[in-house]
Amino acid sequence: MKIYNRLIMTLGTALLLVSCGQQNKSSNGALSSSAAEKVYVAPGEQDEFYAFMSGGYSGNLTVYGLPSGRMFKEIPVFSQFPTSGYGYSEETKPMLNTSHGFVPWDDSHHPDISQTNGELDGRWIFINGNNTPRIARISLSTFETEEIIEVPNSAGNHSSSFITENTEYVVAGTRFSVPIPQRDMPINEYKSNFKGSLSFISVDPEHGHMDIKFQLMMPGFNYDLSHPGRGKSHGWFFFTTYNTEEAHTLQEVNASQNDKDFIAAVNWKKIEEYVNNGGGTKMPANYAHNLYDESTHTATTTMKKEVLTVDPLKVPGAVYFLPTPKSPHGCDVDPSGQYIIGNGKLSADLTVHSFDKMIAAIEGEKFDGEAYGIPILKFEDVLAGQVKSGGLGPLHTEFDGEGNAYTTFFISSEVVKWKLGTWEVIDRKPTYYSVGHLMIPGGNSRKPFGKYVVALNKITKDRYLPTGPEMEHSAQIYDISGEKMELIYDFPTHGEPHYAAGIPAEILAPKSKKIYRLDENKHPYAVLSPTESKVVREGNEVHVYMSTIRSHFTPDNIEGIKVGDKVYFHITNHEQDFDVPHGFAMIGQNTSELLVMPGQTKTSVWEPKQVGVWPFYCTDFCSALHQEMQGYVRVSPANSNVELNWSLGE
Amino acid sequence: MGLFALLTIMGSCKNGPQNETKDSGQGESTVASGYDKGQAFIEDDESTPNVLQIALESPDHTTLVAAVQAAKLENVLVNAGPLMVFAPTNAAFDALPEGTVEDLLKPENKDALANILKYHVTPGNYSKDFLMNFKKLGQANDQNVAVEVKDNEVYIGGAKIVASISAGNGIVHVVDKVILPPTQ
Repeated sequence: MKIYNRLIMTLGTALLLVSCGQQNKSSNGALSSSAAEKVYVAPGEQDEFYAFMSGGYSGNLTVYGLPSGRMFKEIPVFSQFPTSGYGYSEETKPMLNTSHGFVPWDDSHHPDISQTNGELDGRWIFINGNNTPRIARISLSTFETEEIIEVPNSAGNHSSSFITENTEYVVAGTRFSVPIPQRDMPINEYKSNFKGSLSFISVDPEHGHMDIKFQLMMPGFNYDLSHPGRGKSHGWFFFTTYNTEEAHTLQEVNASQNDKDFIAAVNWKKIEEYVNNGGGTKMPANYAHNLYDESTHTATTTMKKEVLTVDPLKVPGAVYFLPTPKSPHGCDVDPSGQYIIGNGKLSADLTVHSFDKMIAAIEGEKFDGEAYGIPILKFEDVLAGQVKSGGLGPLHTEFDGEGNAYTTFFISSEVVKWKLGTWEVIDRKPTYYSVGHLMIPGGNSRKPFGKYVVALNKITKDRYLPTGPEMEHSAQIYDISGEKMELIYDFPTHGEPHYAAGIPAEILAPKSKKIYRLDENKHPYAVLSPTESKVVREGNEVHVYMSTIRSHFTPDNIEGIKVGDKVYFHITNHEQDFDVPHGFAMIGQNTSELLVMPGQTKTSVWEPKQVGVWPFYCTDFCSALHQEMQGYVRVSPANSNVELNWSLGE
Repeated sequence: MGLFALLTIMGSCKNGPQNETKDSGQGESTVASGYDKGQAFIEDDESTPNVLQIALESPDHTTLVAAVQAAKLENVLVNAGPLMVFAPTNAAFDALPEGTVEDLLKPENKDALANILKYHVTPGNYSKDFLMNFKKLGQANDQNVAVEVKDNEVYIGGAKIVASISAGNGIVHVVDKVILPPTQ
């Protein structure tokens, strides 16, 4: 029975060599080199899909092309971004205001694209800030963050930001339960005192503006992920929970004691009706609502002081618990709305609940006890089936619209394809390495585009050249158009993509905005013609109304600035030509540069501390005379009487 | 004797990279029948050895290693984890009824073997002392195993922990019995 490593090593190496040869041969079938061709997008051609990947600890959202894996853009959302000046310019600083003050970073997690009738409409994409609970809305015509709303009574905003099938709501559930309202109390009195809030944020159908319609005050569990019902289950929302033990310390042990946690099924239509009829309790709160106005190119913050809360026990029939094994993570609903899938991350199997059986069990009042007054349905009564995959650590399932589901397994590091209804495993492919979530464009909708699946791996190791201890994460794209999945490409991703959403390019590309029209610019400090350029002193504040065009600033010489002044450069880019931004940077400025898009106005502050003549310049290579695009500011002593003067070409 | 060998390994683990360089090279190349892809096969002689590498290096766990390879579980054992592996010694396997191990190693019994091996793995990383806080553990095959304390010794499903070795991705507790999962 003894096996000698050395022998195996020799044998293994031999086999390795042989198998490599064989592998090359076997993949050289009828479609030889097809993998390379499948991801190759020739120069001048464009990708078929846009993929939006959360940045995780970057706080942002990145845009990639599929199948090429090329990164097109990083959209700043919750983090200051010197590349464009987001969060540094006076216009965008309010976007990062919260009840805790200016928070220049967050942990962005789960992007979801707006839908109409359960299909992607490509108007907006929403994403949650996990750390200081916030939800952002990003325009998919400008690819700019237009709105951020803070979520009060929440902590670790994780089961977010998923939308209902007509974008009625973007939903944000708390991961950490907390005292509500927040108060000074002993931590070990967590159990039955802490609460978990699930926030339903309405989305204005025309402008997308967000407003918290109500917060459901649930027992003090951890709410991990969520998905909307669709089709027949439209009107319901499903949340995975863990720590139903309500442990307050060493969760890795204490939150895994119960064999089953719950999926919470919330009938939001019922609660909406209750609220519309005057139900719910208004509670004092303090949270920021930051809105960017495209016509003024300026964001404003409104502090909101009240939120409507709903006690689930006051709305009978609105909330049920579906027992689900082993700390489920992903909570996914198939395109028909019939199956609700709990991915029990400490389990080997997937649990699939049936919406029809759930309704039947509710109508038959087949309850298996209750938790804090919320009825628990019997596991066997709601179970549609279990997928015995043989994998370990299921996390997330997406769908191809052809009756197949694809689930990631973190511990066994693979994607498993299985069939809805029969629960049979059809195919499995390894990932490199330790896959977290996965994405099929439209995978969270009634109409997925099941051509590719992208696996978002947590561990990179040897996939690329090493770049020191810190490496970009690795994504992998599989062709899923056939019976078996085919790994066709690896590509690195920026930050830590926890989740992604994808959409066909043909939906977005035609409405992508190319410039802002100068004649529609309503910024209070805009100059619509270079002749309007001026410099105005108000005490020690100086406002420079400046314009840019290839290849000069108007004005480019300014005198009469003094040490101790606060100088606002309001820069309007007069270009009306696609892809001709101008930049602005001033020596010694305690902030970032700005990048000003055609027709846009942005403001940068400079507080000169030293006497002298100081240059500024354009930071974007705008033209053949880019290096000439510069100017000077003369800074005189605080007590000087040099007169304010500005000029161009004098 | 076996324990002595283990302690030697434990020592070498703590001695840092230079001591492991040649060893891990050997471990990495242990390839079972062309099943050669995944994290288990990455060359890395700088990191602390993971639970698989520890088993591979132990002369007292050759049966376990052969079983892991037959069940193709190498990649699972090198994952980020954290993983707690209860590693029966060769003697523990030898104590099974005659022919049991040979049967389990047959390709047609791969799933049954994998099920038994996964019953020896917990997602977690707890010291022997800390394990005294538990009544049961949820194992990777989806079944629970009882934790008992007798005379200050910890027994997992009746198997006694005789040594413990920290790993880069968890911990290996050497046990004196093969832990057989209850029939479902």
